[in-house]
Amino acid sequence: MTSSAPTLTTLATGPLASVRAWLGLYATQMRVAIASQIQYRVSNYFYMIGMVTEPVIYLVVWSTVARQQGGSVGGFTPGEFAAYYIVWTLVRNMNIALTPWAWEERVRGGDLAGMLLRPVHPIHLDLAGLAGWKAVVIVLWLPIAAFLSLLFQPTFSIEPLGVVVFFIAIWGAYVLRSMFLWLLGLVTFWTTRVGPVFDIFFTAELLLSGRLVPMSLMPDWARRIADFLPFQWTFSFPIEALIGKLPPDQLLGGLAMQGLWIAISASIVAVTWRLAVRRFAAVGG
Amino acid sequence: MPDPAIRVTALEKTFRVPVREAGLANAVRSLFRREHRDVRAVDGVTFQIAPGEVVGFLGPNGAGKTTTLKMLSGLLYPTGGEATVLGHVPARREAAFLRRITMVMGNRNQLQWDLPALDSFELIRAIYRLEPVDFRRTRDEFIELLDLGTLVDKPVRNLSLGERMKMEFVGALLHRPQVLFLDEPTLGLDVTMQKRIRTFVAEYNRRYGATVLLTSHYMADVEALCRRVVVIHHGRILFDGALTALSANFDTTKTIGVTLSDGSTDLSGYGEVLSVEDGRVILRVARADAPNVTTRLLRDLPVADLTIEDPPIEDVIERVFADARDERAASEAAGPR
Repeated sequence: MTSSAPTLTTLATGPLASVRAWLGLYATQMRVAIASQIQYRVSNYFYMIGMVTEPVIYLVVWSTVARQQGGSVGGFTPGEFAAYYIVWTLVRNMNIALTPWAWEERVRGGDLAGMLLRPVHPIHLDLAGLAGWKAVVIVLWLPIAAFLSLLFQPTFSIEPLGVVVFFIAIWGAYVLRSMFLWLLGLVTFWTTRVGPVFDIFFTAELLLSGRLVPMSLMPDWARRIADFLPFQWTFSFPIEALIGKLPPDQLLGGLAMQGLWIAISASIVAVTWRLAVRRFAAVGG
Repeated sequence: MPDPAIRVTALEKTFRVPVREAGLANAVRSLFRREHRDVRAVDGVTFQIAPGEVVGFLGPNGAGKTTTLKMLSGLLYPTGGEATVLGHVPARREAAFLRRITMVMGNRNQLQWDLPALDSFELIRAIYRLEPVDFRRTRDEFIELLDLGTLVDKPVRNLSLGERMKMEFVGALLHRPQVLFLDEPTLGLDVTMQKRIRTFVAEYNRRYGATVLLTSHYMADVEALCRRVVVIHHGRILFDGALTALSANFDTTKTIGVTLSDGSTDLSGYGEVLSVEDGRVILRVARADAPNVTTRLLRDLPVADLTIEDPPIEDVIERVFADARDERAASEAAGPR
């Protein structure tokens, strides 16, 4: 046999086959991630308890403030705060992406070498893997959301368009946040001491995304800054889309902004990834 | 004559590494003035490997073996020279190239830790876009060859190191690569498991005509799989040829094992006594003197048993590196001051 001996038969080529192959890859990786995640049931529940603690604290504080202010603050009643922070728990789980710290381990531990030997860009496996993980988390989230709803009596003004936009926007938020955290993680290729850079990013995100408080409670100057940044499209936009705080033009405009930011961040990731691999291949794998 | 599967010409890799002397003052100085040193890990390596050939790539730690393998698999960019693998330039890392090669590194886990290996195999099928029926046939064939039938549905974390390594091999070869880069694939495995892996690699090579470039510190791997070896030291090739020719080139001695019927063991007058055990004396003599020494032993002494052998391959390799070290030291001493 010579070097021209055929390798194993691969699926047919062509645009349709290619789409089928990509969908197959995403579906398989999601299945693997789900199977892997349900191995650790106890750990999952503890994770969810930890996850719920943060928004419950915000909710209790802001509901109290709203009552003391005569029934509402920043346009939010206690019931709307409850709706905001209960949806927050789902959106937070949906926009969780690979942390930049994981890159350090990938580079040092040698996992990256294995990834580079495969004929697909590793971002696909990351996106699909965490998407599968979310499927498990959503199942765990349902009883927690029901419990929080009984406890805090949320007020929703749900519109059909808002629901449709919400279901698109939570995946948009996930992809957008994944791109930015990937980008941040790629800094590890140039220097491994990047903790302070990550801290600046996460602090800005906490303040300017709607994670800490709804954006309408932030001062004008902060909201103007937030308009030039991607953070609000990963947190407050999907939340406010579902609880009925946004009119139709803002719902559709928000989706367009998500799309724009995804296009921008994906382009930067593509260029930076090429440079990062070149650097990795130059200094040692 | 077919084109070579691997063609390497004057390949070089130089790493730029930061250097700093110990101490606080040097630490502060390095904040303002970074110093670097160039380390030439691979220094003008040239060789070709024919399709289907299994070649041992030997050298001590830091010789440049893994760096060369990483350049050939596209993980590292060369700083000089050229390399092609199956007609592809590895540094371009084209998907068509990556589908035709694999690299197995000892003690590196690419399978899903918490899941049975079967799940990881399914993911590999999706990554390489393998046709399901063909994939299942290959998977089952490898599982049978490595006797993994009862282990494939156990989580990988519950497998022993050897079992895991066998699973890694299945996963790494499911897409039936035509070129295998094996970097210490039997590292840390017991003798039985090493043998199993060797047999599998040999069988894969026989069935699919794959080209194999193997590094291993276990000479048993090399002796079992490779007719040809490339010896590298300080980034340069010291020897490239048949394994059997290695002794003739680098070792000018023969080993003679003698057992005398009267039980005496003082044979120092016939050669260098390497060992005496249970009445058997092992002598080392110059290769050219071996016939004379043998004749004298048979003529002078009551020989009950006598064998003449090449020294163990480990000793030959050690000698190759020792000679290279001496030559380097001599050339450095003679160089400009």
